Amino acid sequence: MPKLTVDGIEVEVENGATLLQACEEAGAEIPRFCYHERLSIAGNCRMCLVEVEKSPKPVASCAMPAGDGMVVRTNTPQVKRAREGVMEFLLINHPLDCPICDQGGECDLQDQSMAYGMDGSRFIENKRAVEEKFMGPLVKTVMTRCIQCTRCVRFASEVAGVPEIGAIGRGEDMEITTYLEQALTSELSANIVDLCPVGALTFKPTAFTARPWELRKTESIDVMDAVGSNIRVDTRGREVIRVLPRLNDDVNEEWISDKTRFIADGLKTQRLDKPFIRENGKLRPATWDEAFAAIATKIKSTDASRIAAIAGDLACAESMKALKDLMGGLGSPHLDCRQDGAKLGKHGRAGYLFNSTIAGIEDADAILIIGADPRREAPILNARILKRARQGAGVDIAVVGPNLDLTYPYEHLGAGPQTLKELADGSHKFVATLNDAKNPLIIIGQGALARADGEAVMAAAITVARNANAVRADWNGFNVLHTAASRVAGLDLGFLPGEGARDVAGILDGAGKGDIEVVYLLGADEIDMAKLGNAFVIYQGTHGDAGAHRADVILPAAAYTEKSSTWVNTEGRVQIGARAAFPPGEAREDWTILRALSAVLGSALPYDDLAALRRAMATDVPHLAERDEIAPAGDLAEPVLVAMGTEPFDTMIKDFYLTNPIARASKVMAECSASLTPDNREGATGTHG
Amino acid sequence: MSVRRLAAQQPETFEFTPENKAWAEKQIAKYPAGKQASAIIPLFWQAQKQHDGWLPEPAIRYVATMLGMDYIRALEVATFYTMFNLSPMGEHYVQLCGTTPCWLRGADDLKEACRKHIGPEGQVSADGKFSWLEVECLGACANAPMVQINDYYFEDLDAARLEKIIADLRSGKTVDPGPQTGRRSSEPAGKLTSLTEPVTPVSFARESDDA
Repeated sequence: MPKLTVDGIEVEVENGATLLQACEEAGAEIPRFCYHERLSIAGNCRMCLVEVEKSPKPVASCAMPAGDGMVVRTNTPQVKRAREGVMEFLLINHPLDCPICDQGGECDLQDQSMAYGMDGSRFIENKRAVEEKFMGPLVKTVMTRCIQCTRCVRFASEVAGVPEIGAIGRGEDMEITTYLEQALTSELSANIVDLCPVGALTFKPTAFTARPWELRKTESIDVMDAVGSNIRVDTRGREVIRVLPRLNDDVNEEWISDKTRFIADGLKTQRLDKPFIRENGKLRPATWDEAFAAIATKIKSTDASRIAAIAGDLACAESMKALKDLMGGLGSPHLDCRQDGAKLGKHGRAGYLFNSTIAGIEDADAILIIGADPRREAPILNARILKRARQGAGVDIAVVGPNLDLTYPYEHLGAGPQTLKELADGSHKFVATLNDAKNPLIIIGQGALARADGEAVMAAAITVARNANAVRADWNGFNVLHTAASRVAGLDLGFLPGEGARDVAGILDGAGKGDIEVVYLLGADEIDMAKLGNAFVIYQGTHGDAGAHRADVILPAAAYTEKSSTWVNTEGRVQIGARAAFPPGEAREDWTILRALSAVLGSALPYDDLAALRRAMATDVPHLAERDEIAPAGDLAEPVLVAMGTEPFDTMIKDFYLTNPIARASKVMAECSASLTPDNREGATGTHG
Repeated sequence: MSVRRLAAQQPETFEFTPENKAWAEKQIAKYPAGKQASAIIPLFWQAQKQHDGWLPEPAIRYVATMLGMDYIRALEVATFYTMFNLSPMGEHYVQLCGTTPCWLRGADDLKEACRKHIGPEGQVSADGKFSWLEVECLGACANAPMVQINDYYFEDLDAARLEKIIADLRSGKTVDPGPQTGRRSSEPAGKLTSLTEPVTPVSFARESDDA
């Protein structure tokens, strides 16, 4: 623990800390371009120069280890002069195009030149110009602005795990590019724009649309996957302009996936902005009263046992609570929040959570992934596994399921249940690795659970975890990786079929046969609508997607950026998203729709405002009131081993960019899907466009 | 130096000849496990030799795969070192030293000769036999001005001598490398002014390192 003096303040820092960290510890602000806490140290921008006693020259503080007894000065005239020199060199080849640069207003170079820049230039030669580079549909480049900090190069290989960016040429001709200007193949690619300290890399989809100071910033929670990334939604008027990551070391560090970031244009297209009623086979716009009346007429004439409800992937906890109470009031037990048909909910709360937590991945020393594709199902979580893999110190990663590129090396044990059976009965050689591991981590994906033998697969996975001593008081290494933001909250609330009632498959089957007459879809679009037969379908949701096309009555609702709502991520972490904009047209927040409908149906729900609803929710499920916390999950129920099928495991997500109605309405996502999803890319021939 | 780009026309594939492959494996084996990437420069060098003096894009990928490197990392190396030629070269590649000592001794005349008899700098001559490039100091200042043609130095040049070398190479004659004025290596141009007394000859021959 070296002790050193920074500007007269004595600080003690961790072994191996850099001078820059020591200076920050002492409260001195050090300007920097290339240094970033979560990337390796490059030391090439030289902006962080400080004066160290007994050192003849200024020292780059980001790359110099803090030593015992060092005396550092960060605010002397010499330091200022040195930094001014660096800044002058950086600006020599940097264009003066701030007025037309999208980075303007949030540019590190702009900000720091206020402190260290000169008022004029002494450079009279021609400036360097660099050709633009193609980096894919999301990242726009103006490479003349690049100051070669190499943050993007380091991010691509260290965090995203796709070493595709590099610096070619040398000296003045050094250029940042991808190999032969191919598109970046990462689901995290746009984070390089956040990292870029200048305007060399900017967001392509939102180019030239807004200035950062015109935007209202709302801190919220992402719902594109079950990770619950912390986001900041930037709006202008009622329009969501962009989504940026927010710092949360336990969840997303400071990264978000490309889908999270560029979904915003999907919030503007295909929106349901007024209620619709189907008449003579055609949907016509209606008023709320007409829509409610149509529903009431149908429901009052139908026996409660012939009514069912399915909650989709983007349903918030409040709306599921309200719908569950509504169904309870009607007396129907047929409800399900697992629209993919995953066999979850039989083994207690620990049986459907990512128990070791996302940050806990860094403590694992053996990782077994069963029927999951973390790279596409939860890119942020995958980045954590890559982070763990890159730490080097012995982690064995193995996969049972499809053999996919997960950005880190792993051992592919097998494709399906046969391998899992061998792991469960101890005859597989990887069992020894799991047994030797101190903190074994088992991840089971929805691809392994959403199948007829899902319960058997679940039991086998729990057995593998128990046999490896992965479930104990100080470590729970049994993890379910969800793909839907709504799922854990739905399971917590018990949005599940009652005793002997129908699950999703049963509801669809019943609807096809005519046993179920009314189906209430709460944003459920990923079920097979053809199976709904002649049932009367009520669709409450945000977009004109599969559900709305099939619906008999459409109730327009608010999207996740348009309401304050509770989300529980795959770890069981309760987070509350905020309203950043208002819903379009006559669309309303989901719970208010259900509250109003319940009054029309004659069994008014007992809450009149959001606070009362949340209180009611907390009465049912106390931990839903504990914001940003993970409530203890309790014990993992004892599994009952039964025979599994033989079908190999498949993954849930075939096309990362098109997983939900918002994404399917987004032009940007469609473009990404066309150019980046491998199946589409390989299938593309000369006749495609 | 200017921006270097990969040539627009690239061969479909590249592969080492069996001899070069064996040679490359020997080079790779010189480095400890996990550090195979260190062999990239000798391998590029050999690939360039095999491929008529320039390094095509498939060769960059081929060598990267051979060393377990990412393509972009190999491309960084290939574009960083100016001695890797990224576009086709003439059969005889003239590297003309233009740094101060050679320049003072008439490198400009040599450049003019190259322009006249080969063509514009950096382009392959019409007959495909030559290309030339001005380079930084090649370390033969005592024999300035000089050029390097493929693997050999031609020293103590003037425009006429270089023109003759070019003409001879063009017509397929063999040319003798080294000083072109008859002087021995870099001894004084006139008579010896020091080390005039006879010395016992010492052999400086060394064993070939890659026989």
